[in-house]
This record gives sequence, C-alpha cells and structure tokens, in this order.
Amino acid sequence: MQGISILGIQAEGTAMFEIFTYEFVWRAMAASILGGITCGIIGVWVILLNIPFVGIAMSHSAFAGAVFGLLIGVNPLVCSLIFCSIAALAIGPVADRGGVSVNISIGIIFSFVLGLAFLGIGLMKGPRTEALNFLWGSILTVSYNQIVLLCIITLLILILLILFYREIMAVLFNRDIAKASGIPEHIILYVLLFLCGITVTLNINSIGGLLIFSLITSAPLAAYQITYDLKTMYFLSALFAVISCLSGLFVSIFINVPSGALIILVSSMIFAICFVLSPKKKRTKAYGPS
Amino acid sequence: MSKLISIKNVSVSFRDHIALHNISIDIRKGAFVSVIGPNGAGKTTLLTVINGLGRILSGTVEVFGRKARPLNINKIRKRIGYVPQQMAVDPRSPVSVKEAVSIGRFGIIGLLGKWTDSDEQKVENALDKVGISRLSEKPVGHLSGGEHQKVSIARALAQEPEIILFDEPTSNLDPKAQNDIIKLIERIYSEKKYTIIFVTHILSHIPHSCTDVVLMKKGRIVKSGNADDMLEQKILSELYDFPMQVSIVHGKKHFHAGHFHTGHSGRGDGNV
Repeated sequence: MQGISILGIQAEGTAMFEIFTYEFVWRAMAASILGGITCGIIGVWVILLNIPFVGIAMSHSAFAGAVFGLLIGVNPLVCSLIFCSIAALAIGPVADRGGVSVNISIGIIFSFVLGLAFLGIGLMKGPRTEALNFLWGSILTVSYNQIVLLCIITLLILILLILFYREIMAVLFNRDIAKASGIPEHIILYVLLFLCGITVTLNINSIGGLLIFSLITSAPLAAYQITYDLKTMYFLSALFAVISCLSGLFVSIFINVPSGALIILVSSMIFAICFVLSPKKKRTKAYGPS
Repeated sequence: MSKLISIKNVSVSFRDHIALHNISIDIRKGAFVSVIGPNGAGKTTLLTVINGLGRILSGTVEVFGRKARPLNINKIRKRIGYVPQQMAVDPRSPVSVKEAVSIGRFGIIGLLGKWTDSDEQKVENALDKVGISRLSEKPVGHLSGGEHQKVSIARALAQEPEIILFDEPTSNLDPKAQNDIIKLIERIYSEKKYTIIFVTHILSHIPHSCTDVVLMKKGRIVKSGNADDMLEQKILSELYDFPMQVSIVHGKKHFHAGHFHTGHSGRGDGNV
C-alpha cells in the first residue's frame, strides 16, 4: 500500500486507518455529515423556489463579513454571520417592496456585498490569505466551535422543517396559492432565506464560499431527477450531499488535493448519474414537445 | 340580503399604470357575480383586491364586515377560496394532487396546528366532488389543463370558504374541459350556495346560475346589475367597442362578435 498524505505529513501505507486516530479527521467527518444534511435540505428550498444564486449571494455576504471582521479585528465568523443574516433578511423585503422577483433581489444584494468585499480586500494591508481562505475553504481545519454551531443549525433546520413541513411545502409549491390560502407566506419565505444564509456561512470554512453554491444545487437537483415525493427528495438530497462531503474529504486526505473541489466534483458526478438514469427524463420526453 | 364584500373608492396602480380607478361595488351574500370586460379592464385586479393579493393605493375593502388590513388579511383569506388562471407546473414537481389540494386546509389549521382525520376527510371530499379522486396520488405536474383547474377548485373547496373567486378558470382549455369546468362551477353553486365571483372575457362561458354581472373597462366599472339586464346586445357592444350580437337558440343565449361566431354554449335561462 502506498503512503498517504495528511495536511502534507506523509504516513506509511499500513497507517491508513490511523487517520481515524486524529481528532481533526473526526471533526472533518462531523462537518461533512452536518454540512451535507444542512446543504441538502436548504438546497431543496433553493431549487424549488428557483433561486439558485442565493447560495452565491450568501457566500459572498459571508466573505464580505469575514473580510471586515479581519479588518477591524473581530472574529471573522461572527462578522460573517452578521453580514449574511442582514443580507438574507434583506432579500425578501427588497423583492416585496421593490415589486421585483426574488432572483432580481438576490442580484441586487449580491452586487452590493461583492462591492463591500472588494472594498474590504482593497483596504487590507499585507497578505490576504486568511480572507481568501473563506472562498476556498478546508474541511480539515474546522474547529470544535464550528462543529457545535453546525450541530445547532442542523437541529434548528430539522425542527423547523418538521414543525412547519406543510407550510413550507405550500410556499415551495406556489407562493401566491400559499398566500391566498391564508398561510403567512412572507414569514415562511423570509425564515427559509435566513436559514439559507446561516447555513452557507457556517459551511463556508469547510466547503468554501465559491464551491458551496454547487453543493446546494447539485445534490437537490440529483434528488429532483429521481423522485416525485417531497419527503424523499429531502432525504435523498441530504444523503447525496453527505456522500459528496465524506467522499470528497477522504479522497482529498489520500491524494492531498483541496477537499472543497473534490466535494463539488463528487456531487456533480452524482447529479450526472441521476440525470442520465432519471425515470422523469423519459416521462418528460413523453409529455414534452416532439 | 347582507353585504359580504364592500369595495369603496378603491384605486390600484402598478408603477405608473393605473389598474383600477376609484371603483366602488357591494356584493351580497349568496350572489353569483360574473365580471366581464375586454383585456386590461382590471378584472383580475378586482379579484386580488378582495383577497388582499393586490395592494391598493387608496380606498377601503370590507369583507365579512371587516376592513381588510395587513394584520387581519390572513384571517379573511382563510374564508375565501381562490381559483387562479391556469398556471404552469413543472412536470417534475415533487407534489402530489392530494398534497396540492391539502394546501387549502393549511391556512385554516394555522401554524403548529394539527392535521386531523377531519381535515383528511375534507380533502377527500373535495377531490371526490370535482371527480379527481383517482388522480390523488399522481404528481400534480402530470395533469392536463382541465385537471389542473379541477385541482385548484378542489383546493378552494377543501378550504370550506364562504366566497370563491374564479379567475378565468376556462381559459386555455379545450371545449370539453371548458364545459366540464362550467358545469362543475354550476353544481358547486347550486349545492353550496357560496358567494361566487367569476371573471371571464369569454361571454359564452358565463354560467347559467350567474345572478349579477359587472362590466369593466379600462380599470373602471362601467355598469353592474342583474345578469339578464346586463347581457344585452347594446350594452355588450358598448363594452367591447365592437358590434356584438345576442341570439337565443333553444332557450340559450349565444353571443356573436360581429359576423364572427364566438360562442360554443351559452346561458340557458331564456328569459331575455
């Protein structure tokens, strides 16, 4: 067996299973599972609300927050959470008050936070490596505190999903119909967007700001190809995202390449397989124009 | 009869386009009101004013004796069924017909409310009433246009409303589906006696049971009154700025636009 490399440290082949003796590997596994579950679930919302670019907007908000955190000497994660929360909570009202679609609102917020991020980078002195790490991410460097936060957000998302499953389903199906039926559609939508923002921020360290967009779209889209049942779609989306994260993590450990990139490549491969094998594809063909 | 809906001096605008100009109308309980008029008359906007989906610029809307305000609009909506114009649903949508109909109960149950056997039964009854029980487990994206409209009607029925708003429920359907939907609406009205507001731009689709007609044009109510009085050749010609002909064949009213015959069916009262 060939030697393996963990964070640049070469290990003997016989020590393959010894990676599990490292605490950071367990933290990375926990981040993979929790990140996969959260990204898989919010991804279903993102796909069914047809707002795929919310991931990019949120990750750049988190990035802008991190940059300003580093600039003023405050914990970048705290600043990321604040920026992301404000951005997520602004999307809905900007769309509603401005009379524009949610996607347009996301575009407006995205441009604004991108401007802020560039401004912050421009104001930074010395190397910007720490700031740029937020864009690339590394699952192997996730801290214990981040795992605790991921646990909290995972529990929160699962509890809210179970408690408000019906209302969320109605909003995902059609916002106008949900509203006309007396469901507080605005509140539900704003909460979903807020949870998207928090989830992206908490996963940005492990998966990376640029790559998380792909995870929250590929995994639910793969699930969307193979089921007509919403509960199954949630389950499959979370499962695919967890598989992507774990396999990306282990492959990156063994061949010493960036974990975030591998996570996305695996999730894209899962999507490609589901797309090719999709039973819906045949049915859509039969229903679609000749 | 008591007033169920009272709209006073309401104006609605979308940016610089005025959709409704200072309109006022009262609708009594149990009435079947058809709202007709050319495209862009503000018919759909009038419906959205009633259930609060549209934002008014000025004036007041009272429904069930309550002034519609942002704080109480959800309570009002729970008592109003809404059948929108036919909408596109992704064929891959992971929502079944039964789930789409159940949405009508979610508002009534409320946040954190419990889904009971009674709610389940009401959804089953609604599916049965519109004749789509056999489709209940089918993905909603796989339905035909007519079936989609039946799902919307079933959702409104599951809500057990006091008012149902129909927004051009027969548009874009084939003649058989149009006929099915009109008969279904007639049956619902005769059995339940809901207050119905039915928007259409196709005169021949006005159901037989219609009691009142509101004529709209360029965001204003031009005329309103008894259905028999309103569906007259002279009034309709003025409404559409086009010579309209009304003929009665076998006791049914048929509407013709100039020399071009548009009617597939018509009202069957034969009293005019």
